[in-house]
Amino acid sequence: MRGDLTTALNPIPLYKPGGGEEKAEIARLSAFAGALAVGDLVKTTLGPKGMDKILQCHMGDGPDAGRLLVTNDGATILSKIGVDNPVAKVLVDISKVQDDEVGDGTTSVVVLASELLRETENLLAQKIHPQTIITGWRKATSEALRVLESIAKNNSSNLEQFRSDLMNIARTTLSSKILQGKKDYFSKLCVDAVLKLNGKTDLQGIQIIKRLGNNMSDSYLEEGFLLEKRIGINMPKRLENARILIANTPMDTDKVKIFGARVRVDTVAKVAELELAEKEKMKDKVNKILQHNCNVFINRQLIYDYPEQLFAEKGVMAIEHADFEGVERLAQVLGGDIVSTFDTPDKVRLGKCDLIEEIIIGEDKLIKFSGVAQGQACTIVLRGATQQILDEAERSIHDVLCVLSQTVKEPRICYGGGAAEMLMATAVSQLAVKTAGKESVAIESFARALRQLPTIIADNAGYDSAELISNLRAAHTSGKSTFGLDMENGRIADMIQLGILESFHLKQQVVRSAAEAAEMVLRVDNIIRAPVRQRERDMRHH
Amino acid sequence: MPSVGTLAFDEFGRPVLILKGQESKKRLFGIEAHKSHILAGKAVADTLKTSLGPRGMDKCMVSPDGDITITNDGATILSMMHVENEIGKLLVQLSKSQDDEIGDGTTGVVVLAGALLEHAEALLDKGIHPIRIADGYELAAKVALEHLDKIAETYPLDLKKLDPLINTAMTTLGSKIINRCQRQMAEIAVNAIMNVADMERRDVNFELIKVQGKVGGRLEDTLLVKGVVVDKTFSHPQMPKEVRDAKIAILTCPFEPPKPKTKHKLDITNVEDYKKLREYEKEKFTEMIKAIKDSGANLVICQWGFDDEANHLLLSHELPAVRWVGGPEIELIAIATGGRIVPRFQELTAEKLGFAGHIRELDFGTTSEHMLCIEQCKKSNTCTIFVRGGNKMVVEEAKRALHDALCVVRNLVRDNRIVYGGGACEISCAIEVAKEANKIPTIEQYAIRAFADALESVPLALAENSGYSPIKTLSDVKAQQIAQNNPRLGIDCLNTGTNDMKAQTVIETLIGKRQQISLATQLVRMILKIDDIRLPGEAEE
Repeated sequence: MRGDLTTALNPIPLYKPGGGEEKAEIARLSAFAGALAVGDLVKTTLGPKGMDKILQCHMGDGPDAGRLLVTNDGATILSKIGVDNPVAKVLVDISKVQDDEVGDGTTSVVVLASELLRETENLLAQKIHPQTIITGWRKATSEALRVLESIAKNNSSNLEQFRSDLMNIARTTLSSKILQGKKDYFSKLCVDAVLKLNGKTDLQGIQIIKRLGNNMSDSYLEEGFLLEKRIGINMPKRLENARILIANTPMDTDKVKIFGARVRVDTVAKVAELELAEKEKMKDKVNKILQHNCNVFINRQLIYDYPEQLFAEKGVMAIEHADFEGVERLAQVLGGDIVSTFDTPDKVRLGKCDLIEEIIIGEDKLIKFSGVAQGQACTIVLRGATQQILDEAERSIHDVLCVLSQTVKEPRICYGGGAAEMLMATAVSQLAVKTAGKESVAIESFARALRQLPTIIADNAGYDSAELISNLRAAHTSGKSTFGLDMENGRIADMIQLGILESFHLKQQVVRSAAEAAEMVLRVDNIIRAPVRQRERDMRHH
Repeated sequence: MPSVGTLAFDEFGRPVLILKGQESKKRLFGIEAHKSHILAGKAVADTLKTSLGPRGMDKCMVSPDGDITITNDGATILSMMHVENEIGKLLVQLSKSQDDEIGDGTTGVVVLAGALLEHAEALLDKGIHPIRIADGYELAAKVALEHLDKIAETYPLDLKKLDPLINTAMTTLGSKIINRCQRQMAEIAVNAIMNVADMERRDVNFELIKVQGKVGGRLEDTLLVKGVVVDKTFSHPQMPKEVRDAKIAILTCPFEPPKPKTKHKLDITNVEDYKKLREYEKEKFTEMIKAIKDSGANLVICQWGFDDEANHLLLSHELPAVRWVGGPEIELIAIATGGRIVPRFQELTAEKLGFAGHIRELDFGTTSEHMLCIEQCKKSNTCTIFVRGGNKMVVEEAKRALHDALCVVRNLVRDNRIVYGGGACEISCAIEVAKEANKIPTIEQYAIRAFADALESVPLALAENSGYSPIKTLSDVKAQQIAQNNPRLGIDCLNTGTNDMKAQTVIETLIGKRQQISLATQLVRMILKIDDIRLPGEAEE
């Protein structure tokens, strides 16, 4: 009968066209290929001698079409390249989480995860069950974290020492970034800024303003607050002992908000009358505002000519259209309320500052608030020759600020320059020797992956990594647990003396999320794709 | 062509077309249809097979938009597979109904159904009529279910000793990626259920348990909040971040000028009108705030937005407020705090306020994201499981795993009879069913025997996933079960040295297992009864 034949030869389609699945070996192959590709991509940016990448955004439409980006920040690179491989996406996600949680170490976490997966390739070739590898890794991770915790030092009780720790951490973080030439200068700048926050991790109080021109070393930390706005016309450009009212209220035409209300008049005269009434309403409002006895008025929304003129007459400085973030920050900095109704002047707290003046940076005028009530806020003004440099500098400063503020919260530190990694690797290796069973192979592989991090740092700097790493390992095995790589001179050295420190929280998070992600990828034995959704081309831009 | 359909010919030899557009339609019937069904069913089951058990693997699903989900939850995998085949779709629904009913064992049920189909194929080749096979399966399922009831044990359910429950939850979590902190997660699940369980009615209201995830931190940071966590923040940056002894007004009316629902036009024709409206507007806002103040509330939770002016008025009257809280969340808050949802300002009274002992804002990492945590509520039986994890996929998977664990614990609260997992009860049933088969005088005994073999597919898959030689391990365990007459022996997946599942505390609920067997049998019966598929074919352009 023909029926048998058709069943035998006709494949029965299980998935919708476009969808499909990759099984076992093939799935694993594509998973590893994706992970390794992502790892190799960012690998070269690791360490003080790491290289940068140029990213060019999509040609075509969109707001930043064809824009250039020069960076060595792992999270930025990965978020911009738009990967398609599912496993690569997992790695991109962990680098993003690392960025959100700690702010730095985004490259390390991806490299460690991809090195772990590279090791697995060999283990799987030896026919070791993925679940066995995972069991081994878990033991290795907890051992690594245990030993990391045992050397972590907490100097927060000694303020002098803590400050120098923070300086060292900032220097270490900056040494792999574009600002490394001026790292001492910028470290001091960032440490000063973070210490002003008094232990808060909210970085909103620190504002970064970028202005093209001049040299990077002309960047400075501005005590107080800068607002990227101009003072209205005919108003004082400089004001001492300012009493500031921060508001969020319409100052254009104060509409009647009741739904469905509209103006309907039959003669032009009536229109004029209404206009007058409106004007009067505005005048009332301005008078109410003036009753607060303020000499500066900052509004989130627009201020039209008429009220502005009224303010100018009274000698009140009015600043319009400060964006939402600006207003919130101002309120925080100046210690005032954000006000929307003006009937209770006695209840409203006014913001205060000693001096408001208009200053000029490059070609732009900005408003500077100095001597503010709460000394927590400050502004970092970055100068640089090109937009790319400025952008990268901002990212670097942001990384440093994040790391520092997290360190203030969790003040334990550990050693950089590959010392922490080597320390963990040595401890994990020892665990491997002690463990019986197949898991020990997996544990050893974890140690190898950890050792890859210093190896890559050395490779990137162009030194003989095999030599350096074996020296370093020997040093660690003989108990010199603070030794790491000195990439200035191409030798191993004591990290305490060089002052290369890193935040404990950062290192811990790197090991933890890399292990978690690698484990997750390793557990996958099937990749199932749904058909790609067909999209209509978005025609709105044309 | 047989696959198009039977053709009738008239006396001139021209085909008589019976169906509209018959040429373009596809059709499969008879044995060919059966075979094709079985093939499709097997393909789906094979995909899931490797996910079974504590050493099962995960699947990586790529959604139509390119998002990644990594999971080993059978129901989730199937629902995201976008299966097109009709029989495949039936299996997807099978797993879904197991998920809806029991919440766990969604992989097992599909594997079992696949095995039943596979064994039916062999019987079809022998020339046994599909209906006879289906009847045999039905008989066998009855035997198996009766046997399950016999070997089931009643489990001690004691509110003071939660350990047994935690063990059950741990069995469920054992196969998931979060088995790193298995014990902690199991405790969270059990505590959550115990918190909301109604022991008199022996029921658990799932709506009172919310599972909320947030990327960051680590799995170990997952915690059970006896209260509600909402992804919202106070409406004004200067409101206090922490409120103690909060009396909460829960509103579903916006802080905006009133909007009459009937269509209307309000014309401003002269200056007086304009001024009047201005006054009215201002009055309204003051009235709203006054209504709240008068009721004695010191916190406002609102489903809608606030006008800037209202927002500031709230601040200046020291009324911290939260806006844009979604419908389900507002209900949860109302239940938790014992407050009433108030749709109009006028109806706000002191009795309708909710109460919470402690409300605070949580911040995370370097991003300025906040969540609101409402604790020490008046009726504290609502709770939220707050999941943390290193990346998005882990958090999502942890949420699914916790859901499974919650379901299992709930099932135990409903019915505290259990059977032993690790394939133990399947093997025991298989032995019993095979024994029973010999007593049947008709050809159904072949089908019953096939059913016994199919039951063994679960322990086989478990052994295979754990890296053992499947047939040898299974036959060893089976021999031991018969020799010792001990239905608690199963596959020792984790290589702990004992295959007594009681010692390993690998426990599954009786209703879960019962459901698996009866659902799988039902579905296979249904598939075996289909002998004709008609596809609409390509639509003509």
